[in-house]
Amino acid sequence: MKSLGSIRRDFTPWNDPNAKPYIQFDNVTKKFGDFTAVNNLSLTIFEREFFALLGASGCGKSTLLRMLAGFEEPTAGRILLDGQDLRGIPPYRRPVNMMFQSYALFPHMTVENNIAFGLKQDGMPKPEIAARVAEMLRLVKLEQFAKRKPHQLSGGQRQRVALARSVAKRPKVLLLDEPLGALDKKLREETQFELMDLQQNLGLTFVVVTHDQEEAMTMADRIAIIDKGEVMQVATPAEVYEAPGSRFVAGFVGNVNMFEGKIARGEAGAASIDAGNGITIRTDNAGTASAGTAVTFAIRPEKIKVSSKKPAEAINAIEGEVYDIAYLGDMTVFHVRLDDGQVVRASTMNAARITEDPLSWNDRAWVSFRPDAGVVLTR
Amino acid sequence: MNTTWSRFNITSVVLGFAFLYLPIVLLIVFSFNESKLVTVWGGFSTKWYVSLFHNQGLMDATWVTARVGLISATVATVLGTLAALALTRYTRFKGRVLFSGMVFAPLVMPEVITGLSLLLLFVAVGLNRGILTVTLAHITLTMCFVAVVVQSRLITFDRSLEEAAMDLGATPVKTFFQITLPVIMPAIVSGWMLAFTLSLDDLVIASFTSGPGATTLPMKIYSQVRLGVTPEINAACTILIAVVAIGVIIASLANKRREVQRQLDEQAAQRG
Repeated sequence: MKSLGSIRRDFTPWNDPNAKPYIQFDNVTKKFGDFTAVNNLSLTIFEREFFALLGASGCGKSTLLRMLAGFEEPTAGRILLDGQDLRGIPPYRRPVNMMFQSYALFPHMTVENNIAFGLKQDGMPKPEIAARVAEMLRLVKLEQFAKRKPHQLSGGQRQRVALARSVAKRPKVLLLDEPLGALDKKLREETQFELMDLQQNLGLTFVVVTHDQEEAMTMADRIAIIDKGEVMQVATPAEVYEAPGSRFVAGFVGNVNMFEGKIARGEAGAASIDAGNGITIRTDNAGTASAGTAVTFAIRPEKIKVSSKKPAEAINAIEGEVYDIAYLGDMTVFHVRLDDGQVVRASTMNAARITEDPLSWNDRAWVSFRPDAGVVLTR
Repeated sequence: MNTTWSRFNITSVVLGFAFLYLPIVLLIVFSFNESKLVTVWGGFSTKWYVSLFHNQGLMDATWVTARVGLISATVATVLGTLAALALTRYTRFKGRVLFSGMVFAPLVMPEVITGLSLLLLFVAVGLNRGILTVTLAHITLTMCFVAVVVQSRLITFDRSLEEAAMDLGATPVKTFFQITLPVIMPAIVSGWMLAFTLSLDDLVIASFTSGPGATTLPMKIYSQVRLGVTPEINAACTILIAVVAIGVIIASLANKRREVQRQLDEQAAQRG
């Protein structure tokens, strides 16, 4: 069966019409004075889902998280958690916990007291608190640091304490605000996988806010792309990448080449696009766009092949000149300037150590791609 | 950088320190004078320190000063902390600028005016002048200093600490006592010490607002000096200097130790 490159386990409640939503944003608007941070936004998150809110800074994603935690109240609309309207419930009575971007560790308490803080507020008996704290320390591999104060820990260790503290109470939902933002790249990659394991093992619902698309793609079951307080698209990482719903999403997530044009002729999803300057693109993914519609044809760099001769079997092949080459080790990125001036980005995996068809700067070259490789966008 | 000592440098340092410390050194030296005449050296003696403790008037004044200082510093610390909290947290209430200006006005108000206006107030409301009025006056004087110290700490306070506490189930009241207060405690303690020191050496306001039986140590010393400086006063002042110096040294040593400890901790963290 053909599918959109999905490799996830069998967990797709969003496709099940009978699945009960766990968190619901229902036409939520939040205004700060004249500024609208969140604009009439609706969103559904399911139990045990790892959900990412992805957007540039200032797009309103953190405000969504803070409304869920109870630090802000919506100006209009409502937020439901497990069927319960959260309006008016203060943060200290909500069954959600948050991991803060700054970690917000209590500087005057040891690691174990930081983790125990929430449990003590619930009046949990002392032996149980001790057992739970020990379990949490084991979970984040910080057993020997229990008696240390936050300033005696490295950045990565602090991040783990913050994580342990926020999951210690077994909240219904864990909110993570840029959880890996302060870590260096290598540590960030390791921690991404640890977070995913943790979410699986504890069976919690995670809502993570991030501006890092790679982070969202790696960890999340579904991603909501937010721009100017509105949801642009909610979909799995593979759908967001391979079937973006709009030009904004296509451009925001990953690299993309875009051709502006008009549908020249089309039947049953297949169409020819007249992209001007004598370029005609044939695609299988035109959807319902009818002849004459102005469209954008978007194609990812790795789906474009670069060769010195026109491939005999190619349906789409456009001639140009190699303008730039970046060798990155695992792959090589070509910038090819087409004869109409547009620059196309193409990337090739360096699967072999020796290249059969070496290309160099200013060489004439052909870019080619299959009719099912790109998508047609009308928004 | 030039590290050699030029003649000009040496001269300015000597002059500067002499200007600062010569009077104090003279005072300390003459407190150990055998002679009753303050300006004539008659050999080393500690007899003035002994007689000091038998001077009932001075001892009473010391006790008054201690009580006024402790109570006024404590009350001023509570009020000053609350004022600082209000000024940093509720930034949008009406008249905030006016209020903050008014809290800090006594910082620059001439003490004579503060003293006089307080005196008028106490007379107007019919409050008998005594230890209570001095204490109230000192609260007025020192509260703004506490507010300034605590406010500067609160400005750099990470509000997400409080949000984290509430997120973990602590009510606002619990959050204040378990998180906010412990974190800003060092600033509150230094505010208290500042208030106590200010109260300890205030002469002007105390003179205006005190009454019979509420003579503070600075007032007592000042009135005795008018009858002629005795070596006993020198001894009293030397003890006062010693107390303040010890306090300052302990505070700075504690600070230094904390700093060193923190650096060691951070190095330990780097090693993992």
